[in-house]
Amino acid sequence: MIKIEFIYVLMGFMLAGIAIINARDTNHPRRYVNAAFWGIYSITFLVGSYLPDVVNGTLVIVMVLVASVGKLGQGKTRTTSSDERAASAKRWGNKLYLPVLLVPIGTFLGATYLKGVLFNGTLLIEPKQITVIALGISTLIALIVGVIMLRPPLLSPIFEARRLLDSVGWAAVLPQSLAALGAVFAAAGIGQVIARLASDYLPLGTPFAAVAAYAIGMAMFTIIMGNAFAAFPVMTAGIGLPLVVHQFGGDVVIVSAVGMLSGFCGTLMTPMAANYNIVPAALLELKDQYAVIKVQIPTGVVLLIANITIMYLFAFRHA
Amino acid sequence: MLSLIGILIVVVGFALRLNPLLVVTVAGISTGLVSGRGPVEVVSLFGKAFIESRYIAIVWLVLPVIGMLERAGLKERAHETIGRIQAATAGRVLLAYLAIRQVTAALGLVSLGGHAQMVRPLVAPMAEGAAEHTHGVLSEDTRDTIRANAAAVDNIGVFFGEDIFIAIGSILLIKGFLEQNGMAVEPAQLARWAIPTAVCAFVVHGIRLMMLDRKLTRAAAVERAAHVDASTSA
Repeated sequence: MIKIEFIYVLMGFMLAGIAIINARDTNHPRRYVNAAFWGIYSITFLVGSYLPDVVNGTLVIVMVLVASVGKLGQGKTRTTSSDERAASAKRWGNKLYLPVLLVPIGTFLGATYLKGVLFNGTLLIEPKQITVIALGISTLIALIVGVIMLRPPLLSPIFEARRLLDSVGWAAVLPQSLAALGAVFAAAGIGQVIARLASDYLPLGTPFAAVAAYAIGMAMFTIIMGNAFAAFPVMTAGIGLPLVVHQFGGDVVIVSAVGMLSGFCGTLMTPMAANYNIVPAALLELKDQYAVIKVQIPTGVVLLIANITIMYLFAFRHA
Repeated sequence: MLSLIGILIVVVGFALRLNPLLVVTVAGISTGLVSGRGPVEVVSLFGKAFIESRYIAIVWLVLPVIGMLERAGLKERAHETIGRIQAATAGRVLLAYLAIRQVTAALGLVSLGGHAQMVRPLVAPMAEGAAEHTHGVLSEDTRDTIRANAAAVDNIGVFFGEDIFIAIGSILLIKGFLEQNGMAVEPAQLARWAIPTAVCAFVVHGIRLMMLDRKLTRAAAVERAAHVDASTSA
């Protein structure tokens, strides 16, 4: 059975390679800081599953200190010149798209058609994480196809990965840290405190006020948690079900479906949803780390108003 | 109430633009400590959740592939492809991607997208290429604006498309939560009520993308004028 652990080990090797390249790069302004950061990150993938939680937690804290106190830098990777790239683009034409498209298409096909496939009497792929495993395997296939097709210098893929990952920097790790923060928030019962505050202090006497409080509450709580999935149970148990549905007779299907989408409006507007909003800013090498959020805020606000309107107009129709 | 200290740390830290990784870690550990847990327990909790969410980072495995293809001229190829389409502008390219992303996500094909897999190698270069064809060489700010818009379209498309698919995580979460509260609902009903917002999202963001084209045209005119001024005065 192909388990998620296999993909984690691949990821660990890639990160270890990047750490080694950084450490050996004598022209790099912060070679050891970068090497330490990616090296520790690589350990969490290679052996994180077997280490005690407290050791993993300590590794994460050391990584954070390395990145924040030590400051990551960027080395120069010997890559192709823009003339060479233009010539190569002419030579390969549309074939260059093949490996790129293999990744999403392979992920989809793998996640859809390999589910439940048996090999020697056991499941071929661990079913719980099938999409992530399919993504990992498709990436590996795309890499192999690309190497066979383009025949680049042997180590160039890992050098290129170093170039890209160094330009993303600490943002690459932020989504995982935020997930960890979410777990601590959940354990500390933050959601219940906020739901109680909202229902105690907001004026919720009319159906419209209750709908607005629920939808805006979903968006706000998502902005804080960075994740609508974390906000949904809390806000729906706190305001959506008791007030909008039970007290004012709102339709539970419409209220909960549109409530979740109100949370998504919040996701568009928060740096806490780092993998959607901060990581792409780093990946696209934007000067302003909040540039993507700034583009999304107007759409997020208008759609939140649209959601409140949809919920108010349709949820009480039958009553 | 003291347990809300983590939120305060996050808000202040992000507003001051401190290193977010540090801000988040400090917020997590403070929240854990004020909720009455010992330091070892808090560090363990943090470490466990970090390790359990490693799957989020698997998308970075694609970097060697993207880097290798960029080295072989992928971005240049994307530029050229889009340059052949006369009617292409940055806004229209992104509008087309918005439509594709929403429709495919609604059919459950959420993985046909993503910032590392699609936006950096294909969508952003195509939008930039289209803008260069209409406006000539782009300033750094204009290029950043187009790229940020490309990333935003990927998000908006998937967020307001995926809920129309009945087997997506959020629909299953809603169904499961309502079941726990003694209410049985069908995923298909929930998915149907994602459609009005999806239509609104396409209309609202589509209009904004058309406005982006006008903004780019204005910015290009201003830059040209500045250029002419500089050359005549020199």
